[in-house]
Amino acid sequence: MALATVVATDETATPDGDLKVRYVFEPTAPGGPDRFVTLLVSVDAARPEVPSLTTAVPAANWHEREMRDLFGIVPVGHPDPRPLVVHDGWPQGVFPLRKAFDGSRRVPVEPADEFPHLVAEGEGVFEIPVGPIHAGIIEPGHFRFTSVGETVLHLDARLFYTHRGLEKRMEGLSPLDAFYVAERICGVCSVAHGLGYCEALEQIAGVGAPPRARLIRSIALELERLYNHVGDVGNMCAGAAFHYGTATGARLKERLQQLNERLAGNRFLRGLVVPGGVLLDLSDDLLRSLAVTLQDTLSGLDSLMGHIEANPSVVDRLDDTGILQHQAAVDLAVAGVAARASGVDRDARRDHPHGAFAGPEPPELHVVTIPDGGDAMSRMTVRALEARESIRLVGEFVRRLEPGPLQVTLPEPLPGGRIGISAIESPRGEAVHWLRTDPRGRVERYHLRSPSYHNWPAVALAAETAIVPDFPLVNKSFELCYSCTDR
Amino acid sequence: MLRILINALRTGVVTIGYPAEPSVPPDRFRGAPVLRPGSHLPPPSVCPAGAISEFFNAEGRHVALDLARCIFCGRCADDPWADAVGMGRDFELAAHSRDHLRIEVVADDAAVTAARPALDRDAEAARTSSEIQRVLGRSLQLRHLDAGSCNACDWELTALLNPVYDVRRLGIDFVASPRHADGVVVTGSVTRNLETAVRRTVEAVPDPRIVIAVGACAASGGIVGEGYASAGGVDRVLPVDVYIPGCPPRPEAILFGILVAIGRLDARRLQREE
Repeated sequence: MALATVVATDETATPDGDLKVRYVFEPTAPGGPDRFVTLLVSVDAARPEVPSLTTAVPAANWHEREMRDLFGIVPVGHPDPRPLVVHDGWPQGVFPLRKAFDGSRRVPVEPADEFPHLVAEGEGVFEIPVGPIHAGIIEPGHFRFTSVGETVLHLDARLFYTHRGLEKRMEGLSPLDAFYVAERICGVCSVAHGLGYCEALEQIAGVGAPPRARLIRSIALELERLYNHVGDVGNMCAGAAFHYGTATGARLKERLQQLNERLAGNRFLRGLVVPGGVLLDLSDDLLRSLAVTLQDTLSGLDSLMGHIEANPSVVDRLDDTGILQHQAAVDLAVAGVAARASGVDRDARRDHPHGAFAGPEPPELHVVTIPDGGDAMSRMTVRALEARESIRLVGEFVRRLEPGPLQVTLPEPLPGGRIGISAIESPRGEAVHWLRTDPRGRVERYHLRSPSYHNWPAVALAAETAIVPDFPLVNKSFELCYSCTDR
Repeated sequence: MLRILINALRTGVVTIGYPAEPSVPPDRFRGAPVLRPGSHLPPPSVCPAGAISEFFNAEGRHVALDLARCIFCGRCADDPWADAVGMGRDFELAAHSRDHLRIEVVADDAAVTAARPALDRDAEAARTSSEIQRVLGRSLQLRHLDAGSCNACDWELTALLNPVYDVRRLGIDFVASPRHADGVVVTGSVTRNLETAVRRTVEAVPDPRIVIAVGACAASGGIVGEGYASAGGVDRVLPVDVYIPGCPPRPEAILFGILVAIGRLDARRLQREE
């Protein structure tokens, strides 16, 4: 079993009158049952403490720090008790995800000391602060390297700069209104997060999307994976200063995003997946245009990978760079491309079937893993192979399309007090959505554990096997989201 | 090396003609909503982003749409309001002021036309100060500043540099340091955790400088709004010169906004009239 997510809730207004923490685990063996096992712990609101699991379950690290920041639940014995989500100047004793806290209220900034970064010390050891504002068009985060010469001794990554309070924002909204927030947690995971929210909601409602809608959802999910993977292969070329590859990746990605705009009216496919099914159908005209674009993408990607693999100076930069050991990937419950490139055989499309994989006779899925991998080259290879697999899958989904309804109606209001859990294989790996309705059928608590949330600590480990100038390449090889980590 | 060169030649030029040539978005594209005066317009509760508001006076029920807040989801143009609201395909929506992004119509009286039916593009371009035009001229070096976005607007800014949009052909580029920049393009609603960094980055840009708010979150807070972790838009923290609506705005819409910011709409029109 691996840790899937940890969800804290404030249930002090219920007869129990306490805070609760749910540790959600999932089986890890390939082909295991599609289920989640929840360990429910009640926490006395007068003395909100739980024993820390981090030393036994390293993947619990950030979850525990987050519940202390947002709920005031103290993980006793946690090896790293620094704040995570709330930054400098946040007042003591104010916990924004407690129900008594008014989420629309702005909180005064109090005087604060400098954040205690974890750094190495010694003769000839240097600290290199980078960020939160970076020198390119990228998301904000602070990286504190300590190095000796070029060698990275330690990397302390501080994130949550883009923490927008979206989980609090969704509380009390109607399930439909909250959907538009879920779809906008992250730009490049719009389909995955919108779909994950919808599947959790549909579990609560006790309905399932019609077969045609499930196929279109999966087509959208694969198209999202495709434009991300193709773009990421190009961006990794930028990290290795191979500009032909960067431009080619950007051109192929642009073509896919223009296709997205034709299919969904939005270049990030927003507005296609909705609660109960899909809003837009795929006409024969659009399907033809889809087939042509995917065929061109396939030949363009094959050609690009050929140029990369034939170029020793690129391969040399990628080989043995930023190594994530298999055991570390397992311990940290790393997800997606990074996990599979380190030989961890996990894919939520198979392990927690969703979209077209949830129907009868699901299409075959070839999960790409590299047993002896773990370096940047392995992560690039996994992306290239998965992009090809996505193109194959879209073709398979299109062949299976039969005329039929696109949406089912959700009951109004939704049943109260129910929990829905879904797991979606987003472009970056498994995202776990946890949703509960209040007695009026509105959103009581929503929590997203994105793949990046579990993968960020792995970036720091991989960076410590590299030199400082290779960090941009290592970072791009993981290509994690800040926005769906920070929420 | 030779293979790369041959491949590049075979690929040819992929750069689009916009802004000199018009860009026509696909049929399904959701641009500025068109409100039909006198029809059964939707109530404010329909909009998940809070972009629709209403008030009543002697003329009747007024319905207003704030394009800065709109996330272009199309819900207000869905049943049962499909007759009253249509999703237009207009994406050139940037303006110097939030007020200019407010569309207002009278819902109940067909005799009264829209109070503010659409944006006046030429007027927007003319609003660029003469000092900006004198000092910055026709070229613009921009620094990107993520103030807590979902990364969609950021990727569209990146797309402006790809071979298809290639904004460098227009004298526009993105630079690494605010000290090298003429202005900043800000994405995101300004989170509490970034507010200090946002202020300090903008202050590091030499005067006169341009601040462009890209996308609904930066322009108004968007669907994130104001809360414990979010200021609710860039203009809560700093003066904004140009607002670009969209969730996210497509690359052409961002490019249009940059042209409005430096008063360069001639890049678009002059060649079109030829």
